[in-house]
Amino acid sequence: MQSRFIRSVRDSAVSIFEGLAVTLSYLFRKPVTLQYPDRIPRPIPDLLPETFRGIIEADTAICTGCLACMKRCPIGVIRIEVERNSETKTGTISRFDVDAGLCMVCGLCTEVCPTGAIRHCTEFEGSTSQLINLVLHYVRPGDKVPVCRLSKDSPPQGLKRNEPYRRARTAWDEPAPVPPDAARGEVRWKRRRNKEAAE
Amino acid sequence: MKTGFDNLAARLANVPWGETLAAALWLLLVAVAVLAFMATFAGVTTWVERRIAGRMMSRIGPNRVGPAGFLQWLADGLKCFLKEDVIPDAADRPLFRMAPYLVFAGCFGAFAALPFGYGLAASGIDAGIFYVSAVTSLVVVGILMAGWSSNNKWSLLGGVRGAAQIISYEIPAGLAALSVVALAGTPNLQGIIQAQGGWPWQWFAFHNPFASIAFFVFLASLLAEGNRTPFDLPEAESELVAGYVTEYSGMRFLFFLFAEWANIWVMAALIVTLFLGGWQVPGAALPDAGTGRTFWILASAAVFFMKTLTFAFLVVWVRWTLPRLRVDQLTDLCWKVFVPAGFVCLIGSSACVLIPGQGAWHAVHRVVQWGLTAAGFGLAAGLLWRARTNIKNLNERIYLKVWT
Repeated sequence: MQSRFIRSVRDSAVSIFEGLAVTLSYLFRKPVTLQYPDRIPRPIPDLLPETFRGIIEADTAICTGCLACMKRCPIGVIRIEVERNSETKTGTISRFDVDAGLCMVCGLCTEVCPTGAIRHCTEFEGSTSQLINLVLHYVRPGDKVPVCRLSKDSPPQGLKRNEPYRRARTAWDEPAPVPPDAARGEVRWKRRRNKEAAE
Repeated sequence: MKTGFDNLAARLANVPWGETLAAALWLLLVAVAVLAFMATFAGVTTWVERRIAGRMMSRIGPNRVGPAGFLQWLADGLKCFLKEDVIPDAADRPLFRMAPYLVFAGCFGAFAALPFGYGLAASGIDAGIFYVSAVTSLVVVGILMAGWSSNNKWSLLGGVRGAAQIISYEIPAGLAALSVVALAGTPNLQGIIQAQGGWPWQWFAFHNPFASIAFFVFLASLLAEGNRTPFDLPEAESELVAGYVTEYSGMRFLFFLFAEWANIWVMAALIVTLFLGGWQVPGAALPDAGTGRTFWILASAAVFFMKTLTFAFLVVWVRWTLPRLRVDQLTDLCWKVFVPAGFVCLIGSSACVLIPGQGAWHAVHRVVQWGLTAAGFGLAAGLLWRARTNIKNLNERIYLKVWT
């Protein structure tokens, strides 16, 4: 009994000592906090892993117009219109819309795509004042993009990671019916400052 | 020795009731000075504690208001003052309103006797340590009052826990303080400091093994009396929402927290005064009066502040390290460990007073003092060394940049 008492006193003293050493060591370590969104070394999309499921993006240059993604989507997020010419066996995509506001990021469309034309990007900041701004037009209204033809000799190449990311940004910014709010606070700040400077 | 009060009294000598007026003015001046110090310390400590807590959790902590977030405490204080002051319908209104002020008064009263440097204290009260332990008991009344008047089971539980814990831990704290009083021969806080020396081996913490144990007993008991983690059962947020402050809001809530943070200074200053040589400057015999008095006051105050801030850091550090005790563990620790240890320390320290100032026993005592000093500083160095190995084992670097 007596020895148990002494042992418990010794154990608590040792564990307090070790515990204090652990917390002290954390005091002298670098904090892991990233101060999102305004004090970060690089934009967060650049820091995310490639497997990150962000907003759906599409590269119409390698799209075959097979509509597999549109059919696979369980909630009708994707809307593609293809005009086919049966004589020349070619076609043009006149519409490729993705409603990022409706998308539930399940990833089924990316699984069925034969060329990797539709995929997730690492962009995720979608806040905007108008929900309609989240309908992304990957083909500009009025444009027509020829479909990509698959040949058995040269299997299609998937896109490199960095290219479609830029493309998605431009597609997002330009063709929306209402000029969208920029997703990032800093851009909003810049705009306001420019406006004030203009006045 | 001519003091500021004498100058003031001389100026008001021709005024009717001059001396009383001078005394009242002087009292007000000192009280305001101490209050200003206490408020600043409590405020800045909230920010420092949150920054330290953040870094200890690999976070950054508040860093947006002012440079490195330094003005956070002003923002928080202002916010609390502007908030609505809600008093529950079923509360006992007079008691509910009075409770924060009692807690505050208990803490503020302790500042009256605390030394800040050589000849620098609001009052050189002779009962010193007894006065401090008596006046801080006012906090119990306030806490119990807050718990009862809120008419809320969490508050009541918190209040009762607080009362039980503060009263029971006053016994080991008192016993540990008494063993120092026995060594110093006076309960006057300035007298206790004067009985020690500037060098570590002249401090009471290293005077004899019993005093060393008393040091730890006193440290832990003060943490319990100040409701600091690991003894913060009265406001255990996981069980009692916020304990006795559950129903408080705005300014009244602020008063409780204010007293709690000011209490860190009281704790640290008491420990330094009783056990760690107070404001004694190493290698200097402080003159009573005359030349260089201002210099010595400043030098001793600097030493005292350094030691006290170190221990204030320790109090914060312990808070972010140890988990909260259970109620039964808390009482077990008090009655089964600290009270017996306190009695042993009191008797042992009193026996050490009998050691003569010369001869073989004196030599043995000197060796023991040196050994205890080495052990004490070894403990501190060991902590630093362990912290360094913890960082090294993870292949991380020491990161000292504070102003992020």
